[in-house]
Amino acid sequence: MPLDKATVARIATLARIRVPEEELESLAAEMDKIIGWVEQLDEVTTDDVPPMASVVDVELPWRDDEVTDGDCRDKVLANAPEKVEGFFAVSKVLE
Amino acid sequence: MSELNCLTMAQARDGLAKGDFTSVELTQAHIAALEASRELNAFVTETPEQALEAAKASDARRVSSNSGGGEAGSMEGLPIAIKDLFCTEGVLTTASSHILDGFTPQYESTVTANLWRAGAGMLGKTNLDEFAMGSATVTSYYGPTVNPWRRSGDDKKLVPGGSSGGSAAAVAARAALGATGTDTGGSIRQPASFCGIVGIKPTYGRCSRWGIVAFASSLDQAGPMTRTVRDGAIMLGAMAGHDARDSTSADREVPDFEAALEKGVKGLKVGIPEEYQMKGMSPELLALWDQGKAWLTAAGAEMVPVSLPHTKYALPTYYIVAPAEASSNLARYDGVRYGLREEGETLQEMYENTRGEGFGAEVTRRVLIGTYVLSAGYYDAYYLKAQKLRTLISRDFREAFDKVDVLLTPTAPSPAFAIGEKMDDPIAMYLNDVFTVPASLAGLPAASIPAGLSGDGLPLGLQLITHPFDEETMFRAARAVEDAAAFNAEPTLMAGDGS
Amino acid sequence: MTMLQGNTGDWEMVIGLEVHAQVISEAKLFSGAATAFGAEPNTQVSLVDAAMPGMLPVINRVAVEQAVRTGLGLKAEINLVSVFDRKNYFYPDLPQGYQISQFPKPIVGQGTLILDLAGGETREVGITRIHLEQDAGKSLHDQHPSNTFIDLNRSGVTLMEIVSEPDMRTPEEAGAYLRKLRSILRYLGTCDGNMEQGSLRCDANVSVRRAGDELGTRCEIKNVNSIRFVQQAIDYEARRQIELIEEGGTVDQETRLFDSGNGTTRSMRSKEEAHDYRYFPDPDLLPLEISQGFVEEIRASLPELPDAKKERFVSDYGLGTEDAGLLTAERATADFYEEVAKGRDSKLACNWVTGELFGVLNKSGLGIGDSPVSAAALGGLIDLIADGTLSGRLAKDVFEAMAETGKEASVVVEEKGLKQVSDSGAIEAEVDQVLQAYADKVAEYKGGKDKLFGFFVGQVMKATGGKANPGVVNEVLKKKLGG
Repeated sequence: MPLDKATVARIATLARIRVPEEELESLAAEMDKIIGWVEQLDEVTTDDVPPMASVVDVELPWRDDEVTDGDCRDKVLANAPEKVEGFFAVSKVLE
Repeated sequence: MSELNCLTMAQARDGLAKGDFTSVELTQAHIAALEASRELNAFVTETPEQALEAAKASDARRVSSNSGGGEAGSMEGLPIAIKDLFCTEGVLTTASSHILDGFTPQYESTVTANLWRAGAGMLGKTNLDEFAMGSATVTSYYGPTVNPWRRSGDDKKLVPGGSSGGSAAAVAARAALGATGTDTGGSIRQPASFCGIVGIKPTYGRCSRWGIVAFASSLDQAGPMTRTVRDGAIMLGAMAGHDARDSTSADREVPDFEAALEKGVKGLKVGIPEEYQMKGMSPELLALWDQGKAWLTAAGAEMVPVSLPHTKYALPTYYIVAPAEASSNLARYDGVRYGLREEGETLQEMYENTRGEGFGAEVTRRVLIGTYVLSAGYYDAYYLKAQKLRTLISRDFREAFDKVDVLLTPTAPSPAFAIGEKMDDPIAMYLNDVFTVPASLAGLPAASIPAGLSGDGLPLGLQLITHPFDEETMFRAARAVEDAAAFNAEPTLMAGDGS
Repeated sequence: MTMLQGNTGDWEMVIGLEVHAQVISEAKLFSGAATAFGAEPNTQVSLVDAAMPGMLPVINRVAVEQAVRTGLGLKAEINLVSVFDRKNYFYPDLPQGYQISQFPKPIVGQGTLILDLAGGETREVGITRIHLEQDAGKSLHDQHPSNTFIDLNRSGVTLMEIVSEPDMRTPEEAGAYLRKLRSILRYLGTCDGNMEQGSLRCDANVSVRRAGDELGTRCEIKNVNSIRFVQQAIDYEARRQIELIEEGGTVDQETRLFDSGNGTTRSMRSKEEAHDYRYFPDPDLLPLEISQGFVEEIRASLPELPDAKKERFVSDYGLGTEDAGLLTAERATADFYEEVAKGRDSKLACNWVTGELFGVLNKSGLGIGDSPVSAAALGGLIDLIADGTLSGRLAKDVFEAMAETGKEASVVVEEKGLKQVSDSGAIEAEVDQVLQAYADKVAEYKGGKDKLFGFFVGQVMKATGGKANPGVVNEVLKKKLGG
């Protein structure tokens, strides 16, 4: 199935990126070409191959359950585009 | 005495130790060089005051250590540049993206913190492809970086490679003794090859990723970009080390890389992967590769043909895995907590406006590809398939390393190309990484060493790949290639050489 | 099986529950920030929780232990390898733009939970899985006319999502499930079970079908914050679905919100915004591997759980299953009971704990931990009954005084002079007076009206202010009336 304009529009909404209507067509063509190109992987039979789970041979390290962080609201909010009374603020969300 | 900014890191280190000059003098020379090379657009942010302050502190430490007050760090007093993907406390960090407008981290990345602890100072933050997505440093919101090299008899501006193009250009132009890079699919090695310097991507897990703006978490790895192999060994030693804040960081001793340099390659088995000899490869690249084999043979190594049968699938595998991870890693840039916010009528619109405005074309394209390959109904066909291919690619390497100690390949399929070339065909651009991506997918250490010049006078690199965590063997082979190549060509634009 | 009656016949409800339980731990799942409830906004937030660029997760050992402990408590399989996935969606209180969760490979697999139903009946409900995940922050929509405020204190707190099989058939069973689950979590010490503070949250999946039919389309009711509301929401939702189907409509699979104000549910998300979470393994984390030894160590440290304790109370103390169930629902209650019952009449102890003590606690709204009468004190009271110092009736007065003053039984008895009179001489005098005063009744009694015996006992007790030993009173009366 070719990657069409409507699919790109749907994906862009999912990714929350505004793509101007006039760019959808060319973007769809580019993406379709890239997707078509990566589909060459279908040449390889991989039924019995496990997907790579980790690049390095390292065991997942565990932390002790200690409070070692936080209590740094100034740092957390330092770069906020909008903050009010210790909160981040955004335009009202309507559910 | 030659200009201070033209010294290698090792020479500068020794000069400082002997008291031939101070770190302040060394740093001032580099600040001047950096200012003189502004036309390269290698830096997003220059931090001369910070560099001088670090230099003063270093000089003071050296005085006290000379009188018995503790040892000097391994990079004591050396001014370097930092790719603008590393978060630096109190210094604007942009990832060369509009979406990080004004972002000033309240924290220091582990790798840069390690470098400062070793005594180094920061000259500035270098330009890169936006979020490290690119192979030419042309997708930066802050404009392209220019390669200090020119084709002989041609003044066309060339790309420095990417994504660590600002770092590569700065080091090649002698505006920094060395620079940090990050490599996801070749972002250290390919620009090193394009700019005629040494670029080292260590084993995945060798350097902490904490505080580095993430592109593709399972591939991203920091490494040094320097003018010599020895400098690379010195700098990697300072950058590397276990970090409890990164779950993928390896809890291993960092070997003395510099000590490994002079061990030679006698008896070393060097694998030549047949699949890297691709159709349409330029004869000069083939010739350079042959030259590399000859050099190593002459130094006592044995060439062994090996096969990495899944090589041709590495690039398409990479272009599924990396965008998939990126699409998720870049979700945090939403205009809520930092960086750019473009208001909208609704929250949904605010997100779309912010991200539509904040991300450039290549980042948008990759985030959309990544979103697509992970979306319902496509996961198995693309992402899972790619992760299975990754297992096969890794297996190829493991089997090859049963027979050989190190692999020798070209770094990039071509020398630097002109700014504006390959811009309209993403796949042609992606092909730049055809030789570097396989090692990235397998998490292996790899280095690019400048080995010669193309017919029109541009640098070309050879790549060495070794076992996980066997950077020492990589350094031995790299040193042998460097020695034999005796690469001493200089870029057209070199700060401080009076040209 | 309980059916709901519609206009066209009987309907069966099919209910499955997804419970989000906040794990008891000092720090968050992937960061070292604190988890305590009620702190100032954004003060328990690390740079990791705020998803600053380049920040990375490192897992908390205790979160893993607690999930395994919970799994063992629910007799579930423990998966020695599990995987953390990213669940991708945008929301302002989800800083990373994804939640780290577990999707195809959770840490805990299938288990079971036994419902304690009315009349001591029990029923088994399957547990599908338990996985670990991060909580989101909090969006406050009502603080400002045009802004939503975001507090990330909860962002990254460890949750266990405990998913049941669709094995429940009535709202009451759903209620029993939640009570039992909460009881087990509290026994295990893995979640405090506080629904008001949100440390236990419940989503209910509800569908209806005619008896014997295939499963119907289900709706998910989100975040209902009390057991009573869960039951209400399920009841409303089932009736809504039945009405809809009976009127010829079809149920849409959707997420609905419960409105506790009017006891109804309403649709939450429109279909065109259908989510596509794009789950994939989190590349910042490696697979979570645990050893069998680690599991066994936790198994060895498990406390006796409610079902086992209940069984033991029935067999060791001779209690009925309902009483045993009541006493073992909370570990503190069970411990309290065992202290009272130790070396005493266990049934009498049960009556006092489930009767008088629970009465006082209910009236005052106190938990067993804050009981004004300690287990030792209640034991002391029972001892005074056993040795004949107090009659059952006097003991109740003494208990009331103990609950009010917090004093020991013996002290209350002493102060109020409530000691039982067993001296037969003194009682004989009282009996004589009563018989004299009611000579007419004595005559009737002797004429065959046996029932009047109780009347005489009552009058004697009244005359002695309840202090006379009823046994002695009986004896003396029998002797005098019979003689």
